Amino acid sequence: MKKASRKVYKTESGERVYGMMAEFPTPGAISHGAEHVRDAGYRHWDVYSPFAIHGMDEAMGLKPTRLPLLIATLGLTGAGLGYLFQWYVSAVLYPMNVQGKPPGAWEPLTPITFEFGVLFTAFTTLFGMLAFNRLPVFYHPLLKKERFLRVSDDRFIIAVEARDEKFDPARTRALLEKAGATRIELVED
Amino acid sequence: MSSIHPDEVTTGRLAGVVAGVPRPLDPVTGDGTLIDDPAARAPLVLNDRSFHEITNMVCGYVENKPGRWWLPTISFTGTVAGIGTAMILYLIITGVGVWGLNNRVGWAWDITNFVFWIGIGHAGTLISAILCLLKQKWRTSINRAAEAMTIFAVICAATYPGIHVGRVWMAWMMFPIPNANSIWPNFRSPLLWDLFAVSTYGTVSLLFWYMGMIPDFATLRDRAANELRRSPTGPTVAPFLKTRTASVRALVYGLLSMGWRFSHRHWQRYEKAYMILAGVSTPLVLSVHSIVSFDFATSVLPGWHTTIFPPYFVAGAIFGGFAMVLLLMIPSRELFPNMKDLVTLRHLENMAKIITVTGSMVGFAYLMEFFIAWYSGNPYEQEAFINRATGPYWWAYWTMIFCNVVSPQLFWMRWARTSAFWIFIVSLLVTIGMWFERFVIIVTSLHRTFLTSAWGMFFPTPVDILTFCGTLGIFTTLFLLFLRFLPAFAMAEIKNVTPAANPHAGDSRGHAHGGH
Repeated sequence: MKKASRKVYKTESGERVYGMMAEFPTPGAISHGAEHVRDAGYRHWDVYSPFAIHGMDEAMGLKPTRLPLLIATLGLTGAGLGYLFQWYVSAVLYPMNVQGKPPGAWEPLTPITFEFGVLFTAFTTLFGMLAFNRLPVFYHPLLKKERFLRVSDDRFIIAVEARDEKFDPARTRALLEKAGATRIELVED
Repeated sequence: MSSIHPDEVTTGRLAGVVAGVPRPLDPVTGDGTLIDDPAARAPLVLNDRSFHEITNMVCGYVENKPGRWWLPTISFTGTVAGIGTAMILYLIITGVGVWGLNNRVGWAWDITNFVFWIGIGHAGTLISAILCLLKQKWRTSINRAAEAMTIFAVICAATYPGIHVGRVWMAWMMFPIPNANSIWPNFRSPLLWDLFAVSTYGTVSLLFWYMGMIPDFATLRDRAANELRRSPTGPTVAPFLKTRTASVRALVYGLLSMGWRFSHRHWQRYEKAYMILAGVSTPLVLSVHSIVSFDFATSVLPGWHTTIFPPYFVAGAIFGGFAMVLLLMIPSRELFPNMKDLVTLRHLENMAKIITVTGSMVGFAYLMEFFIAWYSGNPYEQEAFINRATGPYWWAYWTMIFCNVVSPQLFWMRWARTSAFWIFIVSLLVTIGMWFERFVIIVTSLHRTFLTSAWGMFFPTPVDILTFCGTLGIFTTLFLLFLRFLPAFAMAEIKNVTPAANPHAGDSRGHAHGGH
C-alpha cells in the first residue's frame, strides 16, 4: 500500500534514484549533521563512518537493539538443551556405575552445560548480528560510488534514501547543506 | 610529539604513509608513550597518524610485497611444520610406541604440549575480551594478532589429544555420536569436559576473531575495488597469469566482509554483539584452563590432586600467553614498516607488568603446593613434592623456578620493562619455563606413584622432539600467513581510539561548530 503512494524519482538519464549522499569532514560534524536529519523526521537514512562514532545512537535517535534479547533466549536454550542431552545420555541411554555416584546427578553435568550455553550464545551473537543487519548482501547502490568506498578509510557520509516519505531532492539537499555537508550527490539505484 | 593534527592534510599525507621520524629514544618517555604522570594520557598511536595513514599502514602489510625476510622465514617454518606432520603420520602408521612414554609414565610430552599450547591461547582471549570489558584502550593495537595467536595455539593443542589416543581412527569415539555399539561417553569424566571446553573455546575464539575482522575485510575490499577502477593495469598473481592481485583481493575480502558497508545502524548492533561476545568469552577463557586442570585435579595422584589447580593454571596460562604475544610482536614491529607507531613501548611495558603479576601468582602457587604438602601430613604428597625438587627431574623443576618465578622479577626495574630486548629475553625464558611447568606437573607426578614397583623414568625420543618442533613450525607458519594475508590490526578500533575520532575533537579548534 505504501509502495503505491511513494513517489519514484529518476535522474535525467532515466535511472531510479536510490537517495542522496552527503559528506561531512569530521566525526564531530557528522554527529551534528545527524541531529539535523533526525530532527527533520526522516526514517530511511543512515550514517556511514569508518568506525562506530561515540554518541551517534543518540544523534541519530536510534532505539537500543533487541539483539541481546535473542542472544539471551537462544543462549539459555542452548544451555538447557546441553543439560537435557547429557542427562538423557547419562541417566537413560547409557547409565554407567562410576564410583557409585547416581547416574542422573546434575553436578558433573554443569561444565558442559555451561559450554553449550556459551557456544549457542556465540553463534547467535555473530549470526544474529548479521541477520538483524540484513547481511550478507553483495550488492548495494552506495557501494557503486567511488567516493563512498572511502568511508571504509576516513570519510563520513550521511545517505538519505528516496523511499523515505519526506524525501524531496531540493528540500533534502537544503537540509543536508544546512546540516554542514561539504559534498552532496545523488545516488542511482 | 609533532604538532600536526591527525585531521590536517599535508602533501606527504596525501601521497601515502609518511615514514615515522626516526628519533632516539628519550631516557624518560622512551618513544613518547612511557609517561608516568597519571594526568597526562600517553598517545596510543605515535606520530599523530591520521585515519588515512592508519588504513594505509595496516592495509599495506597485506597489499604490498613483504620484506625480503618473509619468504626465507616462512620456508624454514614451513619445512619444520612439514617434518612435524611427517612425524605425526609416522606415529599414526606405527603406534604410540615411537614416543618415549611407557607403562609407568603414560602421559608425557603429548599432554605437556597440549597444556602448553592451550595455555598460550589464553592471553589472546584475555586481551580481546577481558581488557575490552575493562575498557583498556591500548588493547586495540594488539588484540587482532593476539586473537590470531589464540586460534593457532588451539589448533596446535587440539592435535595432541587426537593423536595420543593410539588408534587415531577411533578418535571420533571421544564425541557423543550415536554408534552401532550403543556406547556413549561418560559425561562425568573431566576428560570429556575438557573436549567440550577446548572445542567450544576454539569455535568461540574463531567467531570472535572473524567478527572483529569483518569491517577490516570491507576496507581491504573497497581499496581493491578503487585500485581496479583507477588503473587498468597492476601486479598480477603470477607472471604467466593475467589475473590481477587486486581482483583476487576484491573477491576474497569482498566475500569475507559479508557486504559490510559501515552503516551506523549496523555498527550499533555490531558493538552490542562485540560486547556480548567479550562478556561470554571472559568466563569461557577462565573455565577452559580450569577444566584442563580438572584432568589432573580430579585424579587421586599425589601432586595432581589439589584444589589450587584451577586458579593456578589460569594464572599460568595468561602468564605464558603474554610471553608468546611478546615473542611474536617484538620481532614483527621491527620487521614491518611503521608498526612501532601502533605497538608502542607502552604496550610492551603493560604486557611486561602483566607477566610479572601473573608470574608472581604462579610462584605463589608453587610455594603453596609445598606448604599444603607439608601441612597435609600425607607422606605420599610430601614425597611427590620433595621428589620434584630433588629427584631425577630436579633440573626440570629448577629450570621452571628460574624461568617462571625469578626471571620476571627483572621487570621491577624500569629499564628492563621498557626495553624491547630485555622483554624479549624474559618472554623467551617464560615460554621455556611454562613448558617445563607442565612437564614437571605431568611427568614427575607420574614417574613415582604410590608403589615403588610402578616407578620409572621418561626420556623423549627424536619423534617426541620433532613433533613438538613441528607444532612450533605450524604455529609460526600460520602466524606469518596471518600477518601477510589478513588485517593484522583492528583498523576500525584503532581509529576509534585516536584523538581525532572523538566527536568533540573539532570543537576546541573552532573547526566544526564553535565549541559548546
